[in-house]
Amino acid sequence: MCLAVPGEVLSVEGDDMLTRQGRVAFGGIVKQVSLAYVPEAVIGDYVLVHAGFAITTIDAADALKTLAYLAEFEPEEMS
Amino acid sequence: MKYVDEFRDAALARRHAEAIARITTRPWTLMEVCGGQTHSIVRHGIDQLLPQGVELLHGPGCPVCVTPAESIDMAVAIAGEAGVIFCSFGDMLRVPGHEGSLLAAKARGADVRMVYSPLDALKIARETPDRDVVFFAIGFETTAPATAMTVVQAARENIENFFLLVSHVLVPPAIEALLNDPDNQVQGFLAAGHVCTVMGYWEYEPIARRYRVPIVVTGFEPVDLLQGIYLCLRQLEEGRAEVENQYSRSVRRDGNRTAQELMRRVFTIRPQRWRGIGEIAASGLGLTAEYARYDARVRFDRVGIAAELPTECIAGAILRGLKKPVDCPAFGTRCTPERPLGATMVSSEGACAAYYRYRRHVPSRTDVASSIGQETSP
Repeated sequence: MCLAVPGEVLSVEGDDMLTRQGRVAFGGIVKQVSLAYVPEAVIGDYVLVHAGFAITTIDAADALKTLAYLAEFEPEEMS
Repeated sequence: MKYVDEFRDAALARRHAEAIARITTRPWTLMEVCGGQTHSIVRHGIDQLLPQGVELLHGPGCPVCVTPAESIDMAVAIAGEAGVIFCSFGDMLRVPGHEGSLLAAKARGADVRMVYSPLDALKIARETPDRDVVFFAIGFETTAPATAMTVVQAARENIENFFLLVSHVLVPPAIEALLNDPDNQVQGFLAAGHVCTVMGYWEYEPIARRYRVPIVVTGFEPVDLLQGIYLCLRQLEEGRAEVENQYSRSVRRDGNRTAQELMRRVFTIRPQRWRGIGEIAASGLGLTAEYARYDARVRFDRVGIAAELPTECIAGAILRGLKKPVDCPAFGTRCTPERPLGATMVSSEGACAAYYRYRRHVPSRTDVASSIGQETSP
């Protein structure tokens, strides 16, 4: 139910806060999504989409940090 | 980076499992709050990668599962009113109430439609002004902003035939209710990553302090879940009880302030009954006076009558982390996804449905480890 899927913002339409929308690509599928809750999102960003609304812009640097967590913060455990 | 496959990498998952094994010196019991996490854990066999004695209990974070029977009864009654188009997320359609499910109402002739977003229901209302269109607004803090924005748009366009049956619920009061239960066994929580994406995690800091319980905001993919478990176990082993954020690519401490602001404008906090658990103070949302005209309870003059269905279903104990699906004598026999006794078997995120779907033939630990990273669709 709280499933939210990452997708890439392909277009941004409208300046109005309530009706700001965009096309978002999920792999091969493109959907029209409300961008009202991610005023900072621009074309090329990845957003998490739930029930037709983008709820956050994904932070690429943080994603890399998560993937590198064991190697970076627990180096002694990697040996 | 597509933010899915990278977090399903089998080698990285295995390294996390090894790190968990290295730091764990005794048995611990954790709970993942969100039904989406439960589904991912069972699907990928995450629990079977953990050291003996590290137990994952499945939490109450499945909104379909905790929506009380009286809300479903009200939905079925409103759907049966002449001229009504009743819109709901698909998961909710098969959950039984006293008078059957919404799907049964549809079979009797009611106009029940499945939607993906509340905006779809508003679109139907806009296009059919001569009919009353009702949206069944269920879900946690992740979903409430979608409902809030839809109501605000309806008001702005002055759409008068759109109504909401609101049954939204809030996570932190439920966590506190579990921790106040004298039978509670949970020593650490994996908090729900998408709920925290909207709300942030500052609300959990006083809970972690007051109950001396580690809370780790955690994502949904195998590497996320294993890392969340690792961080939670490390706190327990070191005697710490803090809020940590594993899912930082999506969650910030303050959450999504735009969404919170709109939620505050549209919703007021009220007591809420949870199926199988009972009433929890300040754990539900209702419409504020400004938006009361969109309340389907008012429009159709309905008052909920609190009553649990008599059944051998143990969903209540499962949702409180006291039992697991396989402890139920009806599991897989008298209760299946085709003929569910309770909501935990209906919803795809219910713990019982997840066990039924992925555990018919319990795989060995090596099979499970090698299955991570093989499925790549979101």
